[in-house]
Amino acid sequence: MEVLQETINLLFGSNPELRQIIGVTLQMSVTSTLISVGIGIPLGTLIGMYQFRGKGVLMRIINTLMGLPPVVAGLLVFFLLSRSGPLGEYKLLYSVTAMVIAQVLLITPIATGLTASMISQRYPLLRETALGIGLPRRKQLLYTLYECRSSLFSVLFTGFGRAISEVGAAQIVGGNVQYKTRTMTTAIVLETNKGNFDMAIALGIVLLVIAFVIMCLGQYLKDKSERP
Amino acid sequence: MKKLLLVLLAVMLCFGLVACATTETEEPGEGEVATPENPVIRLSTTTSVNDSELLPYLQKEFEADTGYTLEITSAGTGAAIEKGRTGDADLLLVHDQASEEKFIADGYGVERIPFMYNYFVIVGPADDPAAVADAAEASDAFAAIAEAQAPFISRGDDSGTHKAELRIWEAAGITPDPAVDTWYISAGAGMGAVLNMASEQQAYTLTDKGTYLSHELRDTLSILKEESEEMKNTYSMIAVSPEAYPDTNIEGANAFIEWMLSDKATQLIAEYGVEEYGQALFFILDDETAAE
Repeated sequence: MEVLQETINLLFGSNPELRQIIGVTLQMSVTSTLISVGIGIPLGTLIGMYQFRGKGVLMRIINTLMGLPPVVAGLLVFFLLSRSGPLGEYKLLYSVTAMVIAQVLLITPIATGLTASMISQRYPLLRETALGIGLPRRKQLLYTLYECRSSLFSVLFTGFGRAISEVGAAQIVGGNVQYKTRTMTTAIVLETNKGNFDMAIALGIVLLVIAFVIMCLGQYLKDKSERP
Repeated sequence: MKKLLLVLLAVMLCFGLVACATTETEEPGEGEVATPENPVIRLSTTTSVNDSELLPYLQKEFEADTGYTLEITSAGTGAAIEKGRTGDADLLLVHDQASEEKFIADGYGVERIPFMYNYFVIVGPADDPAAVADAAEASDAFAAIAEAQAPFISRGDDSGTHKAELRIWEAAGITPDPAVDTWYISAGAGMGAVLNMASEQQAYTLTDKGTYLSHELRDTLSILKEESEEMKNTYSMIAVSPEAYPDTNIEGANAFIEWMLSDKATQLIAEYGVEEYGQALFFILDDETAAE
């Protein structure tokens, strides 16, 4: 019952700190998803469309990186951005930017790998059609992307799902700094450590509600794109 | 399709902008006090002062008084000091004298300023199967736990509390080995998380009294060995040396140290928890005890 009460208070009450935490969470997950997908989809499409030497090895490396543990990505970015690290002069550690960098490191291989395997499956057939209607080479790429748009939406959703649920890397490079880098997930860990389980679960429900709303929006756009 | 992508982009951008806007407007600490030239102080501290909410409570007052913004990261004392070594903190607030002195001897810190203390206590199940409450000293209590093979949860994370625990085992002449002694559980977690585990498994553990009293599950564990001089837990502040890291915010670190030693802050610390928990969680070191 207390969980329910906490959740209702969080969802409908006025809590400036919670709004700020949600803001940071969305800023981080949306930015990192867009960047990762922006790199991953074109890269994956190229890998999927063309045959070249070393493609098999490249795919295996990408698939391995899809399983990169978030804490490892976090540690790498930590050492990179630490004041005693190579990029220390930019003073980026414990910032939203640092969290975005770690997230991009995690999500880009996922977006690339998913796109590449989907495109390599569908491209041979699409190519036949493209050649059949006499499309020039440059337009073949656009045509392929257009035909695969619904699967590309799934890539986007997967990336966003990873970004919003991430905790290990966000904790290491973000530092869970109040009013700056505290996200929904690191706040849940903090409340759990305080033994404040009701609050932790309530925050978890709020996180799920937010994810649900965003996914509904995404689904709406996806459906619309399929009925032009 | 193009239109659709534009809509999608616009929606995402809006989210980003809203998020940016909220971060900027919700930033606390604006007031009539002028913002200092280098307003951000990176404070690396231990889980005990952060999980017990002492620091967030002082932070608001400090920021309103001085115009600085405090960025607090918390970890075990070992990891917290490491952030000073890598130059990722301007200031430390930690509690392990030996590693603090080493930090300064290695040239990373300016000066160790002990300023407050509380006590470590041994907590455990109310029925106390190892009869810890009857032990004369903390080391006797630990010996009784080992004797009874009662479950004991160690922080196991190189924190100040973990090091204090190891010193007590040493005094008891026992070296528990988590690989062999199944009753000795090395959690590798912060104080709050270890209290969760101890509560769940009805195990013994060593905790600072502040975190215990402010922990939501405190009623499921009892304090079995109360404070004594050997269980004293002293917290110090150390500014990171500008000689080690020239761009460290030494003015900010000194401003924080000065504020923490002010009458107002010492009053706030002494009062913290009295209303909510019926007793203070932290005590100010007076000059005699500070000399130790």
